[in-house]
This record gives sequence, C-alpha cells and structure tokens, in this order.
Amino acid sequence: MRKFVLALALIAAPVMAQRPPAALAYTQLPDPAQEAEARALMATLRCLVCQGQSIADSDADMAGDMRALVRQRIAGGERPDEVRQWLIARYGDYVTFDPPVGGTTWPLWVAPIVLLGLGMLVARASFRRR
Amino acid sequence: MSGKRWVVWLPLCAFGVIVAVVMWGLYLPADRTVHSAMVGKPLPAFTLPPIVPGKPGLSDKDFRQGKPRLLNVFASWCIPCIAEAPQLMTLKAAGVPIDAVAIRDTGPAITGFLRRNGDPYARIGDDATSRLQLALGSSGVPETFVIDGRGVIRMQHVGDIRPEDVARLQQALAEAEVGAE
Amino acid sequence: MTAEFGLAALWFAATLAVLQIALSGLALRRGRDDVAAAMRPVAIVQGALVALAMAALIACFLASDMSVALVAANSHSAKPWLYKFAGAWGNHEGSMLLWVTILGLAGAAVAQFERRLPERTLIATLGAQAAIALGFYAFLLFASNPFARADPAPADGAGLNPLLQDPGLAFHPPTLYAGYVGLSVAFSFAVGALLTRDVGPVFARAMRPWVLGAWVFLTLGITAGSYWAYYELGWGGWWFWDPTENASLMPWLAATALLHSVSVLATRDGLRAWTIMLAVVAFSMSMIGTFLVRSGILTSVHAFAVDPTRGSFILALLVIYIGGALALFGARVGTVRQGNLFDPLSREGALVVNNLLLSVILGVVLIGTFYPIVAGAMGVQLSVGAPFFDKTVGPLALLLVAVMAAGPLMRWRRDEVGAVIERLQWPIAAALFASVGVFVLGGWIGVLPTAGIGLAAGLAVASVAPLAKRNLRRAPLTLWGMVVAHLGVAVSLAGMAASSAFTTERLAAVYVGDPVRVAGFTVTLDGVRPVIGDNWTALEARLSVREGEDAPFVLRPQVRYFTTPVTTTNESAIATLAGGQLYTVLGALGDDGRWQLRLWWKPFVTLIWLGGAMIAAGGALSIVGHQRRGWMKRRRRAEMEWYA
Repeated sequence: MRKFVLALALIAAPVMAQRPPAALAYTQLPDPAQEAEARALMATLRCLVCQGQSIADSDADMAGDMRALVRQRIAGGERPDEVRQWLIARYGDYVTFDPPVGGTTWPLWVAPIVLLGLGMLVARASFRRR
Repeated sequence: MSGKRWVVWLPLCAFGVIVAVVMWGLYLPADRTVHSAMVGKPLPAFTLPPIVPGKPGLSDKDFRQGKPRLLNVFASWCIPCIAEAPQLMTLKAAGVPIDAVAIRDTGPAITGFLRRNGDPYARIGDDATSRLQLALGSSGVPETFVIDGRGVIRMQHVGDIRPEDVARLQQALAEAEVGAE
Repeated sequence: MTAEFGLAALWFAATLAVLQIALSGLALRRGRDDVAAAMRPVAIVQGALVALAMAALIACFLASDMSVALVAANSHSAKPWLYKFAGAWGNHEGSMLLWVTILGLAGAAVAQFERRLPERTLIATLGAQAAIALGFYAFLLFASNPFARADPAPADGAGLNPLLQDPGLAFHPPTLYAGYVGLSVAFSFAVGALLTRDVGPVFARAMRPWVLGAWVFLTLGITAGSYWAYYELGWGGWWFWDPTENASLMPWLAATALLHSVSVLATRDGLRAWTIMLAVVAFSMSMIGTFLVRSGILTSVHAFAVDPTRGSFILALLVIYIGGALALFGARVGTVRQGNLFDPLSREGALVVNNLLLSVILGVVLIGTFYPIVAGAMGVQLSVGAPFFDKTVGPLALLLVAVMAAGPLMRWRRDEVGAVIERLQWPIAAALFASVGVFVLGGWIGVLPTAGIGLAAGLAVASVAPLAKRNLRRAPLTLWGMVVAHLGVAVSLAGMAASSAFTTERLAAVYVGDPVRVAGFTVTLDGVRPVIGDNWTALEARLSVREGEDAPFVLRPQVRYFTTPVTTTNESAIATLAGGQLYTVLGALGDDGRWQLRLWWKPFVTLIWLGGAMIAAGGALSIVGHQRRGWMKRRRRAEMEWYA
C-alpha cells in the first residue's frame, strides 16, 4: 500500500523533480515568541510570484523560501523590521503590504484623516445648534 | 448641506478621479515586472557549493576579477530556461563569461538539462533554498544579471533572453567594462 | 438551437428595454397615463426574457454543448453536474449574463410589487432601471456574447479552474450578485426621485425594503465568500483585503449607511440629500466593483481576463450611469427641500455619525484599493494590504461599534448626556469586564483584539437592552431585526478578535503513526491513500484526533490533482467543535518519508460567519416587520372604510 502511494505521489508530482522545500518553510521556530514575530511579519510580506497573497498564505515555492529566510533571520536575532528593510532593499516597497510613509505614500496615509475631517464638515450641516 | 453649493459636486469630482485612475490602469498598464533594487549595488557576499561534478561552485569573489560576467539565475525545472539556452550559447560563443545559480535543483537534473540544452556556464552554484536569489532581489527564473569587474550589479534582465535581447546584454557588458576601469 | 434561442431572448429583452425607456419618457414629458399603464408589463416581460437567456446558457453548460465557445473554453464533459450548472457563471461572459439577469429580475420585481411609490416616481424609476439594463445588454451582445459558436467545435472543453470547483460556486456568486444588482433598485429610485423632485418619508418607506433585501443578499454573499476562501485556500485566512473582497465590501458599507439613513428619512424626514447620495453611491460601488474584478487592472485571483476593449466598454457605461447620476444629483439636489435638522445628542445624531464613519471607511478602502495604480502612474511599485487596512479601518470600525452600541439607546429628537450614560452603564461595565477578563486570562494580545473583545461584549449587552422591560411577544419585528443584526455584529467581532489573538498553529513533518499535539488535541496520521474523484485524483490523509479522554474522531484532508486544467488544490478538513474549529491540511511528502501537516486550532472562529448570518437574518426580520406593518395598516383602513 505504502509503495503504491509513493508511486502515485511521484506520478502526480510536477513533471520535473524539484528539491524539497527549505527546512523552515513548513516548520516552526522552537521559540514561540520568535515564531510569533516571524508569523506576524510573514503576514505583511507579499509573495512575489503570486497574485496579491502574502507569503503566509501561499503554497508557491518561492513563498516557502521567503518564509524560511524570515524565520532564519528572526532566529538569528534580527528584529522583524530589520528583516523587512533587508527585503525592501532588494525588492523595493512592492514586497511589503505595509507601505512605508514617504514621498509617494503620504497621501495614502493622510487620506483617512482628511476624509474624517471632510465628513465631519458635511455631518455638521445636518445638526441644529443647541 | 444647501449652504455649501460646492459640496454637492464633490462626489462627481471624486468619481472623475476614479475614472482617470482606471483609464490609466487600463490604457497605460503599469509594468508588472518586479525589478531588483540591487542594480548599481555590489553583489552581496555569498558562497555556494558546486552542484554538478567537475564544475566549480560560485562565490561573490568570482565576480571581482576585473572582467564583467553574466550571472544567470536558472533551474532545470523551468521551461523558459530551455527557451533561452540557445541565446546563452550564442553569448558564450561571443566570449562572454557566464556563471549560473541553480534554484531548488538537483545535480542529476542539471546534468541532464545541460546535456540536452548545451552548457554555457563556467561555474554553477547550488542555491537549494533560493538564498542567493532572494539576496539579489530576483523574483523568478530565469533572470540574468550583468556584473562588472568589481562585483557591482549593472543590469537585471527579467525573464528568458530572447534573440533580440542578446545585443542589449552585450552592450551592457561593454559599458560595464568601461565603467569599471 | 438552445444557444440561438438564448441569444434571441437577449435581443428581445434589449428591445423591450428600449421600449421601456421610451414609454417612461412619453409618460413623464407628455403626461400620457395610457402609456404609463404599459410600463409594468413591459418591465416584467423584459425580466422574464433575460431569465430565459440565462436558463438557455445553463442548459448549454448542462448539456456540455462544446459547439458553444464559452462552454468549450470553461467546461468539460467529465465535470460533476453541479459544476456544469454553476460553471455557467464561473467565467466572464456568463457572470455578466447572470449580473444582467438579476438586474432584469429586480426591475420586474419592482414593476410587479411596488405599490407605495408615487406613480410618476415609479415611472421614472422603471425608466432608469431599463436604461441601466440596456447598457449591459449592449455590452453582452456586442462585446461579450456568451452564446457565440465555436467552429469547428472541439471534442471536449478546457475545463473549469479547479479552485472554483466547489459547492461555494453555486451559492456565492448568485447571492453576491443579487446584493450588488439589487442595489440598482435603490439607484433607480434615487434617479427617479431626483427627476420628479419627490423626496420624503413616503419615498423612503417605499425604498427601504429594496435596500434591505439587497443588503441581506450582499451580507450573505460576503459571509459565504469569506468562508469559501477560508476552507478552500488552505491557510486558514478568512479575509485578505484582496481587491475583489474590497470590491464587495465597498457596496456593503454604502448599503449599510443607506439603510440607516433611509430609516431616518422614513421616520424623521431628515437626511434627504444624503440618502439620495448614498443610494447612488451604493450601486456605483457595485458597478465599479464588478468592473474592477472583470478588467484585471488590479492584480487579483478573481480577474477572469485583462481585456482593454471590454474594459473600455464597461468604463464608458460607468461614466454614463454614475457620472450621469452624480451630475443629476449636483444639479437637482439643491431643489430638494431641506429635511429636518437634528440635535447632535439624539438617535438621529448617532445615525449621522454612523453614516459618517461608514462613509469614511468606504473612502479609505476605496483609496487603499486604487492607490497601487496611482503609485504605478508615478512610476512606483507598491502594495497596500492587510497592515494598512488594519491600522486605518480597524480603529474606525471599533469607533463605529461604540456608536452602534450607544445609538439605539438614545432618544429621538433630543437626549441628555447624563441619561445616556446611565442607560449605557451596563454595556460599559460589560466592555470593561470583558477586556480586563481577556487580559487576566489570556495575557496581552494587542490593542485591537483587546478593544475588539471588549466592544463586542459591550455591543452585545447594548443590543439586547432595547428589549429589556418589554413584552417580548409584543415587541415589533423591526425591533427584533435591529437587535439580531446588531448582536450579529457583536458575535462576528468577537470571533474576529478572539480567533486572531488565540489561534494556535502547528506545522509538522510526520511519519505515519506519529502523534502531533496542537492546543489540547493529539492528531495522529494513520495513513495516506489515493482517492479517485469524478475529474480528479487525490491523496487523502486519515487523521485521528483525540482531545483528552474523549473518543477520537477522524479528519480526511486531501491534496487533489486535476488534469483539465492541470492544477493541484488543497482540500482542508475542518472539525467544528463547541469552542472553535480544528483546521487540518495535508502537505507534501518529504524525501525522508515524512508528510507535511498544517494544523490550526482556531477558537471562536465560527462566530465570524455565524455573526454574518445573524446580520442577514436581522435584515430579513426587518423586511418582514415593515411589510407586515404596512399590510396591517391597509387592513385597518379597509375595515374603517367598511364601518363608515
């Protein structure tokens, strides 16, 4: 039975065999605090070969390698933000779902405040003065 | 609301902005290629073991020998890599030194790939977990980087090298040679 | 033949839409009452014809008629019948036909059932509804013909994307579309009212059930879509801030604001211009959402195809309808008599703040969704995702929940600060108690989850407070509707906060027979065997799960391999238990013979969708309540006339 399963798995696997995924792509860090940090960071990093998924929700091989990288660096003592900056230095802001505040993103970040102010102006018109 | 006449036109203005943005997205679609931010910067330090017998592995020092080289990111499981193989052979025949990094690959698979599609490579490094690929800011296979003689990344080519891309790569190599002196 | 029959039905429906517009123009301009009488039957027949066209397309898919190009491109004869049936709308052309079908049926429903709207406004409304339908008929007939023949017909079809081969496909798109397109009725009402300048409580009472109905469907559709993504994608996420999800959230936000403002207009004759505005915005967001998804200008898993020609066609339609309606609003709204003004501290005041916050959230989602294109135009690639929306929408939504708790406990017209605080003392106590309790029992879980759990508790208490000291059997159904819907929000919010804070994840590589522990459960891989399905083969794991001393139960996650087209999907196996869900996924087999398993214990996660269902149920109760009240009023009037 076991052999048959293995045979089936081989047939069904991609035509050209690949290496198995990196060690930390599908396994966790032993330290729960570090794993939680890595996990939170992964949820904010974009899988570069997927369509709008984070590396925390992707089956793509490259997402797995990125998860392994994040976990290794966190385990090596880096802060999550340092890992993010390392990736931004290589892929630009595209890699993070959390756009850094800067020259091209400030309108995005001030929009909620502007909208709230505008909304209050409009809402005030429907109130009677006390 | 009647006090402020201009307010009633705000929604129409906002919609106008949306239409402009959508038209931009529709008629001038943004470049969806993910470009590396490492172009212009030195290669990160790395040492990759060999993957096929008789062919040395790869380290960043190999790119600091004074001559520009190509660094080809490839894999035997990648179909466009087969498509670009003839172009790499052309470049090799023109005297361009080419090194490669094999992504998530195995020795036997690479040996077979090189036997079928030709072997343009001086060295091949084994990158089993995309470590170098991520350090280069590369987001897929195949990609090709032009590295000058001091180990600085001068250009990134995303996707397979088509026949029309060969001249561009050669020009970038020539510029890298001048720039590095 | 079936395909030609469907195409003919579509052409006839389009012709009737032209007739309907012409009749409405004649009736409004020339005051021809005889013409007006023909409006209702024309609208009903138009709806029936487009429904026939949809039925014809479904028949083509069920019969696997590969000579129809759309069937050949998106179906396969070996597919289970359910996916042949639902596959009719699992593609661009079919989904657009479904969209127009619901539009036609909504118009027919208005013509058949609407009795409260003033006659002239009804005629203008049916005219506007036909005008919208006509544009989308033209789009189908000229740019996206679902009935086009393939010549020569292929031997078999290319198959349906396996991610869509799920019972969710049969339920989620039709429900969501019923919500999207149901909002067209509110849009047409608003346009009709702007044309006849007749905005007031009567208009609001007529519009309310249609808004509520669309909103119920939209709520169900979003809830179902969220659960579908949750179990299908295999990573346990239930909301991704993907452009398509945002596209369904935006009309929902607008519709939620609209159904509150329409209540203010119906009971207190205020927020006239604002209600009209929201009615226009809600359906505009539906159309923009549909367009966003279909055009593929935003990267999304839901995009069917990037096609500038079709994109231009739909964009032109959007400019005509939305731009036209907004221009009409700008020009005419000044002539709509101003409604009543309110005291800030009153139930109306709370509803205005609720509308304000919902609109701001809508604006933030809209800007966040489109900003990557704007940045692309500036030559910058960036991504806007969950962290941005969590930081911006999160606090706004929690503020909204606080207003939601307080609003129904305030008096209409005018209230006193001291009295409001006194009425809110139990909800505030519950909120503090829950937040502190979570901190003591679960430790520090972050600002948003802690505040979320506290506010959920406060809202739950505040929601049922209006029922306190009332005879429950005599409390009106509309009140029950509000209580159930608001309680649903509290339940859903509690589920979101608790599952995000307390989920336990366990990723493991195991040999057959090895036990793995995740949160109090011991999961043992008993074996992996091949399974043959209709159009797939799979590897299926048998996991026995034991919790403490209880008898074990079995979960069977699969990895499915499809051949048409070649795709692998993860079929998670989920156990719903009293305290939450155990979510299991089978991964790859390693070189060393160990299987990858992904296990999650997600406490209270089920509450998210239970809350969604409660929100929809509250809306449904409210519709029944309003209809019954209208019916009783009519009966009383009839009795009085009889006695007189």
